[in-house]
Amino acid sequence: MLRNVLIPAALAFGLASAPALASGGAHLDKQSWSWDGLFGAYDKAQMKRGFQIFHEVCSNCHGLKLVAYRNLKEIGLSEDEAKAVAGEREVKDGPNDEGEMFNRPGKLSDRYIPPFANDQAARVSNNGALPPDLSLITKARAGGPDYVYSLLMGFEDAPADYKLNDGMNYNKIFPGNQIGMAPQISDDLVTYADGTKATSHQLTMDVVAFLNWAAEPELDERKSMGLKTLIFLLVLTGLFYALKRKIWADVH
Amino acid sequence: MSAPAFDNKIIKWIDERIPLFTVLEHSTSSYPTPKNLNYWWNFGSLALFALVIMIMTGIVLAMNYTGHTSMAFDSVERIMRDVNYGWLLRYLHMNGASFFFICVYIHIFRGMYYGSYKAPREILWWIGLLIYLAMMATAFMGYVLPWGQMSFWGATVITNLFSAVPVVGDFIVTWLWGGFAVDNPTLNRFFSLHYLLPFVIFALVFLHLVALHTSKSSNPSGIEIKGPQDTIPFHPYYTIKDLFGVGVFMVVFLGFVFFAPNFFGEPDNYIPANPMVTPPHIVPEWYYLPFYAILRAIPDKLGGVIAMFGAILVLFALPWLDSSKVKSGRFRPVFKWFFWLFLADCVVLGWIGGKPAEGNYIPIGQAATAWYFFHLLVVLPLLGRLEKPLALPASISASVLKEKA
Repeated sequence: MLRNVLIPAALAFGLASAPALASGGAHLDKQSWSWDGLFGAYDKAQMKRGFQIFHEVCSNCHGLKLVAYRNLKEIGLSEDEAKAVAGEREVKDGPNDEGEMFNRPGKLSDRYIPPFANDQAARVSNNGALPPDLSLITKARAGGPDYVYSLLMGFEDAPADYKLNDGMNYNKIFPGNQIGMAPQISDDLVTYADGTKATSHQLTMDVVAFLNWAAEPELDERKSMGLKTLIFLLVLTGLFYALKRKIWADVH
Repeated sequence: MSAPAFDNKIIKWIDERIPLFTVLEHSTSSYPTPKNLNYWWNFGSLALFALVIMIMTGIVLAMNYTGHTSMAFDSVERIMRDVNYGWLLRYLHMNGASFFFICVYIHIFRGMYYGSYKAPREILWWIGLLIYLAMMATAFMGYVLPWGQMSFWGATVITNLFSAVPVVGDFIVTWLWGGFAVDNPTLNRFFSLHYLLPFVIFALVFLHLVALHTSKSSNPSGIEIKGPQDTIPFHPYYTIKDLFGVGVFMVVFLGFVFFAPNFFGEPDNYIPANPMVTPPHIVPEWYYLPFYAILRAIPDKLGGVIAMFGAILVLFALPWLDSSKVKSGRFRPVFKWFFWLFLADCVVLGWIGGKPAEGNYIPIGQAATAWYFFHLLVVLPLLGRLEKPLALPASISASVLKEKA
């Protein structure tokens, strides 16, 4: 009974008081993204490169369960390429006519098949840490894409007086500065098919762009519809105003 | 209420059986409205417009939402990704809630500045406050539905407030939850009530309008209508003025929907609810923040809850707390300053409500809370007796002509 009072009180008064930690103490390294601003839009070539990094590196530990393989066609993969990606992992299906569950390769209609069967399996393979699903990561962190960029680029050696736990890595952005993930980004981590030079900065920009698309696939449609809607509304509102002036002209 | 003569035979036939057109005529074309309403009077119709948007988008969203703890979060994301224009419906609904509150807050403060709550409009004011209370309950339960981290922990913190009630507190909380923690029964009942309450609000809005059309609109001069020279028909004068307001409102509202749809939201609510992980910083939606600040300003839990609810309930007594015979702040030179101070105080409370309860934020929040009650309970009753108001114009019509001159 006492707990019922104390827990929310602690939530309201105590735990609600640690925002300084949320940014890990360091400032976000703000980037300029292709989709910024009224006229911004995704760069398909960049998202395709970003997908390559996600697919070859991130997806070994992180899920992307809200994105279906069919969605990959929206960022420029051909139907066959998307099918090939889907087929790389197996998923449990069934029961079949014999009443047996069976494994089959992924299909376009499947959501991105996670690397681990469940959270416990993910923790066992990752020194107790749970790699979060990345479907919404840029919407789920204050700072969005800038946060994810800064985090990926935010690994450094721990200060001499900092006590780092076993198997943990120092990151100046992550809350508490200890993160289970090891630094992943390094120059030439992947080889780009389009010849873009794979610097750390370029790799990180590309993978964050892809993740932003995964979180907000509607962004391009939203912004172009928004522009048309606002132009229409400004004209309509102007007409309303003119009409208002005309109707009110005889009131005094 | 004499029936107007309709030329059209079909209209006449219907109107003799159900007076739809007579009612419409009386509440628009022949409804007398003060001729001097300024643009602050647009926010009532804008709030109604926002309510209609909320109900329309909400009905379609409910067709695609799944009210179960294991599926709610993903069903919202399915709306965002796979439902045709689902992202638009959801962003309209999310931002619509904030804009509904913006309109209502401006509407309330407009009423406070111009003394619109004074006789004969006390019941009109009360119904407005009931609408506001119903909105707060509706918005709170709606925020729980996506079942993100803030949904879950916000629901946990707010429902736990009721445990402060002596003796039966824990019983009430268990009753609200439908179990021993915020869980699936809680989500289901919140969904049900979230669908019900907007229609209660709609009914209250109808009563609000009935009361309005009985006492007639107040106006910036605070002087009652004295004759036909003071008024113009609602239609077409105020229908076109309100339409223009709707146009401006839509530009701003849709600007957020299309270009900054998550501006009013919390990033944490894009993390699925997890009862095992507490977010570092639990904050309610912005429209609750002043009351959240009052809740936290009192070091005692029961005291905080009483102060928070008291902060709203005291507004029901406002028509009698404000002892001034003059309605409009325009003619009250001292009140005017206290009004802006009170508005600033509410903004400070909102700012404090979003900050952690630590350091200087605590005394600032306590001072702002004290001023909130001091203004309503001490300043307003005294001011009406001590202040010397300016000379009032002879009539609405006279005040308009004076402005033009």
